Amino acid sequence: MPGTLLEVSDLRIHFPTGDGLVKAVDGVSFSLDRGRTLGIVGESGSGKSVTSLGIMGLHQGSSAQISGHIRLDGEELVGAPPARVRELRGSKMAMIFQDPLSALHPYYTVGAQVAEAYLVHNHVGKKAARKHAIDLLGRVGIPQPATRVDDYPHQFSGGMRQRAMIAMALSCDPELLIADEPTTALDVTVQAQILDLIWDLQVEYHSAVIIITHDLGVVAELADDILVMYAGRMAEYGSAEDIFDQPGHPYTWGLLGSMPRIDEARLERLIPIKGTPPSLINVPPGCPFHPRCRYAGMTDGRSQTEIPALHEVEPGHLVACHLTADQRRTMRAAQVLEEAEAPAVRMTQGDV
Amino acid sequence: MSTPVSTTGTAGRAGTAGGALLEVTGLTKHFPVTRGIIFRQKVGAVQAVDKVDFSVSAGQTLGLVGESGCGKTTTGRLLTRLLEPTGGRIMFDGRDITHLSAGKMRPLRRDVQMIFQDPYSSLNPRHTVGGIVGAPLRLQKVKTEKGIKATVQELLELVGLNPEHYNRYPHEFSGGQRQRIGIARTLALRPKLIVADEPVSALDVSIQAQVINLLEDLQSELGLTYVVIAHDLSVVRHISDQVAVMYLGKIVELAARDQLYALPRHPYTVALMSAVPVPAPVRSEGRRQRRERIRLVGDVPSPLNPPPACRFHTRCWKAQEVCRTQEPPLAELVPGHQVACHFPENTSALPGSTSS
Repeated sequence: MPGTLLEVSDLRIHFPTGDGLVKAVDGVSFSLDRGRTLGIVGESGSGKSVTSLGIMGLHQGSSAQISGHIRLDGEELVGAPPARVRELRGSKMAMIFQDPLSALHPYYTVGAQVAEAYLVHNHVGKKAARKHAIDLLGRVGIPQPATRVDDYPHQFSGGMRQRAMIAMALSCDPELLIADEPTTALDVTVQAQILDLIWDLQVEYHSAVIIITHDLGVVAELADDILVMYAGRMAEYGSAEDIFDQPGHPYTWGLLGSMPRIDEARLERLIPIKGTPPSLINVPPGCPFHPRCRYAGMTDGRSQTEIPALHEVEPGHLVACHLTADQRRTMRAAQVLEEAEAPAVRMTQGDV
Repeated sequence: MSTPVSTTGTAGRAGTAGGALLEVTGLTKHFPVTRGIIFRQKVGAVQAVDKVDFSVSAGQTLGLVGESGCGKTTTGRLLTRLLEPTGGRIMFDGRDITHLSAGKMRPLRRDVQMIFQDPYSSLNPRHTVGGIVGAPLRLQKVKTEKGIKATVQELLELVGLNPEHYNRYPHEFSGGQRQRIGIARTLALRPKLIVADEPVSALDVSIQAQVINLLEDLQSELGLTYVVIAHDLSVVRHISDQVAVMYLGKIVELAARDQLYALPRHPYTVALMSAVPVPAPVRSEGRRQRRERIRLVGDVPSPLNPPPACRFHTRCWKAQEVCRTQEPPLAELVPGHQVACHFPENTSALPGSTSS
């Protein structure tokens, strides 16, 4: 496929520990075209960050056992020489980390850190790199970039630090940009600015973007396709419309039901998912979600024993669940009804 | 909690109706900024909270919402008297507690308790769950009928934990369970008022919903009054009866929940609400579309040197000369809806067509 930039198939990332094998990522597959955005959603411990670090080749040097395939523009990254991955990292693929305060080095100026990747990957002098850094800082919306370039990270506010991080990631025009919880540490108004910025930059660079978050609101704003992960596995994959309009996995229903929403009538009561996410050392047998699933009893015991395969419920919409199509339809309808029951006051969508 | 609040005239100022458990007037906290080591000179003050007024009726929930640095946490700590107010007055249950000494405050601690944000750092890792939840009983020398252990086990059951886990340590629990332990400790003395500072922001979405439901159940079961401090507007909408929006140490808008969310009046509130990402993709012709929203430029100014007059004028798209020179008072625009703005939004609906 000409447009496909990233292809991940059957990716497994396991960590041997004293307590047992941690299957942080267990069989994840997806592909991503240029100019598109994939949102990876999941709770803590679902393996979303480990997946992104795996794509970036940042598990080298750890005890991680990686199998499967990661192909960037046709080039296999699993098992590739570290020097080659290093060449690609920062130039062809780049990452925006969650916490800009700990991802930026306090000892170096922001400008030096933005220029670093450009210096490493291009044969340019320091002056040219500095000029490039000023350009980039200006592009990501930092006022007076020519003077701010010599500031240290502590002189920046949280939102500006995140902008500087984005400038770092963009310094070599990456084709693949991975943003790991890019706005979690930020206030909502600043979050809105950063999401707008990522949107604008993607349009400008026509890059492929992976956005990793626990916030379904953030993926709804940015993502074309969504991957819902649970306990290191894919629970559901589909277009944003599929996931939000016809979610197929009970876990996705649970996530949607447990969110208080500002855009809809207030629910009298939230519908939480019972229990807690499992430990990755002791993933429940069968469907990893079955101890928390309200419908696990409807599958004649298959949920408890058999790992559900990802199957296509509609073209491009994949769900890993034992429920039959009919069961899924009825149960989803029942849950929607439950959510709609007795809303306190209908909220009118004002001109907000 | 379970019944929708009536947005009648007295809702915003329930204090005058006599049902107010907590009444705050002109509450102010300035943190001095000093320079020098031997001769410490005061060179300025961080105006964390500046002349804040509100009241909370018994059995109700007030949500304090705002961005980081707006003074919501400081307000919470002033209410629980973990900080000494610089000015103003806090009336709790008819008593002035503004400047009570630590010793005089101690008996009142039974009635005012706090839930903290981070369930990892607010529980002592070297104490067992039983020790942690029973500590308030021991410190207050409360004699319970069945002894402390039985009482603690009842509390654990009340918050949905296994009473058998009495002897376990915090590290054996997940984040959501730890937050439940913190809530059990808060409830030990049967307080009247609970100040919850970001009670769910450190938790995963599915666990967040469990804890929110627990807080609501406890409120209706035990008749608790909450002041909930949070930055998440959706969470605040879900659990509050009254909502106060803070910006740079001031309350800019205060109203009954449904009124505030349906027709926000202060430009800052409007911008804040439009910034919340909504889990419903906007699409047209198969391509995702950008959601229309009000974009605030820049960051919140420093509270060390807040802008004069209306503190929001530096980021407000409606700011006029008067906003830079004259501070808008927090005035009741419609019954039960107070706004501090010279040019409030959504005024076309004034005043008859509101739900009151």
